[in-house]
Formats: sequence, C-alpha cells, structure tokens
Amino acid sequence: MMGSQLSTDENPAPRYSIEQVRALFPCLQQEIHGHPLVYLDSAATTQKPQPVIEAIDHFYRHDYSNVHRGVHTLSERATSLYEGVRAKVANLIHATDPHEVVFTRGTTEGINLVARTIGRSLLNEGDEVLISAMEHHANIVPWQMICKEQGAILKVIPCDDDGDLILDDLDTRIGPRTRVVAVGYVSNALGTVHDVKKIITEAQKVGAITLIDAAQAVAHIPIDVVELGCDFLVFSAHKMYGPSGSGVLWGRKELLDQMEPWQGGGDMIRTVSFEGSTYAETPWKFEAGTPHIAGVIGLGAAVDFLQDVGVDCIDSHESPLLAETVQRFDQVNGLRVIGRPTRRVSVISFLLDDIHPHDMGTIIDQYGVAVRAGHHCAMPLMDRFGISATVRVSFGIYNCIEEIDSLMLAIEKVREVFR
Amino acid sequence: MNDIRELYQDMILDHSRSPRNYGVLEASTCSARGHNPLCGDDVQIHIQRSGDGKLEKIHFEGSGCAISTASASILTDVLAGRDEKQVREIFTSFRAMVTGEGSAPEGDGLAKLAVFSGVREYPSRIKCAILAWHTLIQALDGVEVDVSTE
Repeated sequence: MMGSQLSTDENPAPRYSIEQVRALFPCLQQEIHGHPLVYLDSAATTQKPQPVIEAIDHFYRHDYSNVHRGVHTLSERATSLYEGVRAKVANLIHATDPHEVVFTRGTTEGINLVARTIGRSLLNEGDEVLISAMEHHANIVPWQMICKEQGAILKVIPCDDDGDLILDDLDTRIGPRTRVVAVGYVSNALGTVHDVKKIITEAQKVGAITLIDAAQAVAHIPIDVVELGCDFLVFSAHKMYGPSGSGVLWGRKELLDQMEPWQGGGDMIRTVSFEGSTYAETPWKFEAGTPHIAGVIGLGAAVDFLQDVGVDCIDSHESPLLAETVQRFDQVNGLRVIGRPTRRVSVISFLLDDIHPHDMGTIIDQYGVAVRAGHHCAMPLMDRFGISATVRVSFGIYNCIEEIDSLMLAIEKVREVFR
Repeated sequence: MNDIRELYQDMILDHSRSPRNYGVLEASTCSARGHNPLCGDDVQIHIQRSGDGKLEKIHFEGSGCAISTASASILTDVLAGRDEKQVREIFTSFRAMVTGEGSAPEGDGLAKLAVFSGVREYPSRIKCAILAWHTLIQALDGVEVDVSTE
C-alpha cells in the first residue's frame, strides 16, 4: 500500500499516520443517522481495508478457478495464489512449516476439527478437558459435546473479580487425567490477555495437548507459536481485517500427520475405491471439498496488510485508546467497567446505572457509534459477574482518540433518555 | 435521523421503571416462559382465566431491556378482563404494528399500545417488544416448552 520502512525499536513508532490508515477503509467513510460512523465493534468483526477488498476483486476478475484440479492456466494461478497464503500465515505466527497451516471456515471450525479428531481419540471415560471461565462459546461447546460422547469431564480455570484467570493453583487443575487444555489468548468479552505461556507449560508437564484460541489476539498482539509452545492455534480472518468465512488452524506437523481426517470428500483424498480410500497429506487431508478460495486469498492480503502496518506497532496505537477510555469511564458516575485485568487489549465492557445494554446500544447507535450489546457469546462469564449482558467497546487500528469523544457524548445521551 | 424519543416514549420509560402486575399470580390457571437468547430477555406470563373464558388477571415476571419490560407491563394492563378471542385479535394487530405491516390496534382501551409503533424503525428491537406477547399466546395455547424469539 504505502512505502514501508524497517524499524528496529522495541516499541516502534507507527509506520503510518492514523489518517493514512483510516483512508484505506471505505466502510468507515460514511455517516450513520447523520453522524460520522464511529466503529467500536472490531472484536465482533473488523472492517476491511482497500488492499483486501482489491485482492478479492482482482482474484474474481482475473485469476478465478478451482484449486488443485485443472492443468489449465487459471487453475494453476488460483492454486499458486491459494497455496501461497500458507507461507504468509506461517510467517505471521512464526510457524516453521507452511504445511502446518490448515485453512478452515474460521475459529469455530478449527476448534471443532481438533475436538472431533485428536480430541476424540485422546479422550476416554474419566479423562479431562481443561478450559477457562472466560472462553467464547466456540471454545466451550465443541469440548462439551466431545466430553459427553466420550464420558470425559470438562474442567474450568476460574477467574477473579478483575477478570484475570486464577492461575496460582493451576497445578491442582491439571493432573494425570488431563488430556486437552484449550484456552483463549484474549477474552473477547473483557479484553484480558491471558498468561497462556504459563498454562501451556503446565499442560506440557502432564503431556496434555494444548489449543490456543487466538481469534481475539491475532489482530492486536504478535503471535509466535514456537515461543508459546502450543500444539494448536486457531483464528479467523474476519477479525484481522480479512474476509468472513475463512480462518486458520495451525498445528504441529507431527500431530496433524497422526490425526485422522475430519470431513470426507473431494480434495482430501489420494485414491478412492468402493473398498476404501486413502487420504491426502497434511494439510490437504483436512480441507475436504472446494474451499473458500477467495476467502483464503483475502486472508493472505490481510496478513500482508497487518505486516505492512506492523504487527508490533498495533498495541502502541491501541493501548492509549484503551487507557483514555477507561480513565474517562471512571469519571462517569454510575458507569461500571467490568473487569480490571492486568493486561488488556482492544476490549472494554461496561454497564451504566441499571440501564439494559440493549437499550444503550440502540441509543448509542443513533449518534453514529457502533458498539456491541449482549453476552458476547460468553454466558458463563456473564454468570460469573452476576450480569446478563454488557455494552462492549472494542478498538481496531483505525480508531482514533477523537472517537472517544463521540462515544462519551452518546453515553451522555443515553443518560438523558433515561433521566 | 430518527428521534430516539419516538422509541423511548415516557410511557415506556415509566412502565420499565415501575412495572405493573409484576410477580407471581397465586390463582393462575396457565403460564408460559419466553426467552430471547440474543439479549437475555426472560419473561414469564401468568394468566388467571375466569369461568366464562375471560383473562381475568395477567401477571408477569422476568428481566429484560426497557422495551421488553414495558411491553410485558402494558400488556398485562391492557388485556386483563378481555376474552381470549379478542386477545388473539389484538395480538395479531399489535404484531402487525411493530413489524411495520399495519397500524396501531384500535378499540376501547387499546390506545396506549401505540407507544410501541416506533419499534418498527428498529428491526433488532422488534423481538424485545413482542416477546411477552408470544409468551402470552403460548400460555393460552397451553404449550409448555419455552418460547424463544430466536
């Protein structure tokens, strides 16, 4: 997009001005109800930058064909573009082998794939799966389902009132029957960055496999799967400026090789006869059927975009926005910020007086400000805090400090209606 | 821009703050529970029918947003004392109003239902306004399963 320069600083300065970044997002250039759109719902999904939109458009206009099938030129082009994205993704998450990157429909499919394959084969009656109190439903329900089928037990790492996981007694929760430890990297409801490294280390002591749900982390903090030491890591393209319907399961090659395929069909086979079939190699054996080719191409463009902006610059842009918002929220009587985690990225959940979050969301929207109201697919966490829903503000790389003024004004308007 | 006060009219705010006919109904003859999983709105409707088929008393319990609470509260007020056939007709015309397919229900004592006509401008909130009504109909139908607006 724009000429970039290498930065060697530990806390590098942003490569692009906020105006340059914002200009790349067509959807942000509009008014809602007569006010400039203030998009504060990036934790639900991010807006899409021009390079991603153009990559998908260009692919459909010029290079579209099915992958892995034809010998014709278009098919070779499409295959080469599609396969090229594995290396981009591997580079983003510091994986050593592009063949460890499996394309999925998104985080949810990645977790289901792991639960249904290696999860099922590891779990017997009385074995345990450990998750945390702060998981998204996508990292609860697949494990619940497989536990029920196998007679295994789902255990939960609790969280404290600050919205931090209680990890002091982790060794009492991980034991000889623990087969799987699956935790989120960042809470989508409170923004807590969990100490996943500590959880992975503890899980490794008992030989449990580890899965990290990085859906809410990948667009905000640099990820290094080798340094983390996890076995699997999953995320979605649509929360990192890419298209919806496209995502990644990264897994350690030796585990992926041992795993049975999940879905059967075309593209995942080597030979098929009515007596039996043999399967393709990793990662293709996990990609049955024609994939979301353009979605993967868009994911590749999103990775390029993130790396051009500088993954290590994102936190230094977003952190001041979070700090300013929390500080201003604390000055509003009756406004309660849910959770005060030790480390937070992108997300703040709050309540105002006894006004229902859905009423707040509707009124705030009237002033052009898009926030999320609801349980954020984390009902057990809402129960933990004794609430049914919150209003959630979440930042992306395109948000600016002036937008917090619009948010605060909209919150004042909520007060006026309910005065 | 829509005026947000078209949605949050004084009567809605009043009923959401001080719900009428709230709580269990000792002599209830039928009940049902409705739930909107999207936002967590949860309402129970209790009806006391009289011998001649009238809905003598209607109570509600539960928690939800201002729209859903006010809708339940006003419903209990407006429909008590009416016979079942008429209640079903009012439901049909209330639903038509909030979904933008019809005008406000007309008839004796029904004028206050028009405060919900603003809901049609907010598609994501229609479910909030209609949850208690669906729950009421399920109670009348004697359906024991939880109603869900999703």
